Amino acid sequence: MNGLTPIDLSTIGRGFDNLALDSQAVFRLALSAMSRPGDIQELTAGIESPAGLHPAAGAVLLALLDQDTRLWLSPAFAGGHVSTYLRFHTGCVLVADAAEADFVLVANVSELPALCALSLGSEEYPERSATVVLQVEELSNSAGWPLSGPGIEGAKVLRIEGLDEGFVTQWRQAQAEFPRGVDLFAASAGSLAALPRTTRLEA
Amino acid sequence: MNPLDMQTSSIAVTPGTRDDGYNFAYLDERTKRMIRRAILKAVAIPGYQVAFGSREMPLPYGWGTGGIQVTAAVIGPQDVLKVIDQGADDTVNAVNIRRFFQRTTGVAVTERTREATLIQTRHRIPETPLAKHQIIVYQVPQPEPLQRLEPRAFETRRMHGLAEYGLMHVKLYEDIARFGHVATTYDYPVMVNDRYLMAPSPIPKFDNPKMHMNPALQLFGAGREKRIYAIPPFTKVQSLAFDDHPFAVQKWSASCELCGAADSFLDEVVVDDRGGRIHACSDSDYCRERREGSVQP
Repeated sequence: MNGLTPIDLSTIGRGFDNLALDSQAVFRLALSAMSRPGDIQELTAGIESPAGLHPAAGAVLLALLDQDTRLWLSPAFAGGHVSTYLRFHTGCVLVADAAEADFVLVANVSELPALCALSLGSEEYPERSATVVLQVEELSNSAGWPLSGPGIEGAKVLRIEGLDEGFVTQWRQAQAEFPRGVDLFAASAGSLAALPRTTRLEA
Repeated sequence: MNPLDMQTSSIAVTPGTRDDGYNFAYLDERTKRMIRRAILKAVAIPGYQVAFGSREMPLPYGWGTGGIQVTAAVIGPQDVLKVIDQGADDTVNAVNIRRFFQRTTGVAVTERTREATLIQTRHRIPETPLAKHQIIVYQVPQPEPLQRLEPRAFETRRMHGLAEYGLMHVKLYEDIARFGHVATTYDYPVMVNDRYLMAPSPIPKFDNPKMHMNPALQLFGAGREKRIYAIPPFTKVQSLAFDDHPFAVQKWSASCELCGAADSFLDEVVVDDRGGRIHACSDSDYCRERREGSVQP
């Protein structure tokens, strides 16, 4: 995108203090979240994320993005401080078409693109599919959709503030051709939960 | 699930010191990120082999380079690492890998399954049941279960894509027709989450039932073949079988000569030059715990 516009570096917030240890710690939380769908992980990253970017969402992206990954930003973030911040710290490639992205950062639930329009991978290469990082107001295990599938012991419910029945329908459609599908991290300001494509949502 | 909250007895866990000449956990950060992204996709698609850019490691292929790269991408300063080779902590491969991580990460190491948060293993699953906070990393020589039946990788990839596993059932059937039973005793193929046929690495089939609904996260790394795959916790893992030839694990008429265990995987060990031999637990930590009396039979 605005590759030729000079960037004032003093306006860019701090990333990880210790690249090796901080990215490891964030990755471990993301791995816990992905292997135990619906479990809410407390994530307090010491990064100065720009206004609008939840520290938890920012930390996950700083830990996983680099020049080998393509990132799509939802309209609220595209072209602004968030894109400069992530570009500066990770060197990721920004794409304008969500269907081409490896990672999809969504500022809020109202900007969530249609999941089936994202990269779902192929039957032979299902891992070539999008990972969505969705910013949400709140995550809760005290009410919400019952979850089932690998990684879930017994009964578990997850409520993602702002998502309705329409999301459940979309989720089912996106995962209908398993192993094709998308995986999702939901990040509130200080916590993280994941829904891999194997997780079924009852509504 | 903070590893620091775990009870760790001071005797069983040895703290390490890190050599600052290496990046933390040896690999560069970009490599670790690439492996981490592969691991996350592997967890999301249980049993599917994700290709990754396997790096040259300071030891040859076949010595656990895949497992080491997965461990290096996962390990953090709070981890307590255990490394086993055929169940034992004191064999050359296990000792070397443990020293490698002590030197490059400074993490604490242990021989006790209960104290470990991260276990790298070659060819065994510990007898002591794993817990929720643990991650076990398997070293895998040949990740493709269909390779001996279909050598063309593009063809086996297609078979996985279509869940077309008839060939493996025919192979097992031919075993039964020829020998009267399925003649595979290790690396016995499993179905993960009712979808992917997976090689469990050359663990004895005795260990296969432990993979089913295991509370720990199971990660697999194949360095030469450049594949990573995973079984999330509490995931269905079934050993292939037929209704009239159900899956069964090895049984021994002997029990362990050292600790008396009748429920563990036994190695036959030659003890002198006159043909004397005993049966002993392959899992050295389990055997010692029993001899020390901390596990009631």
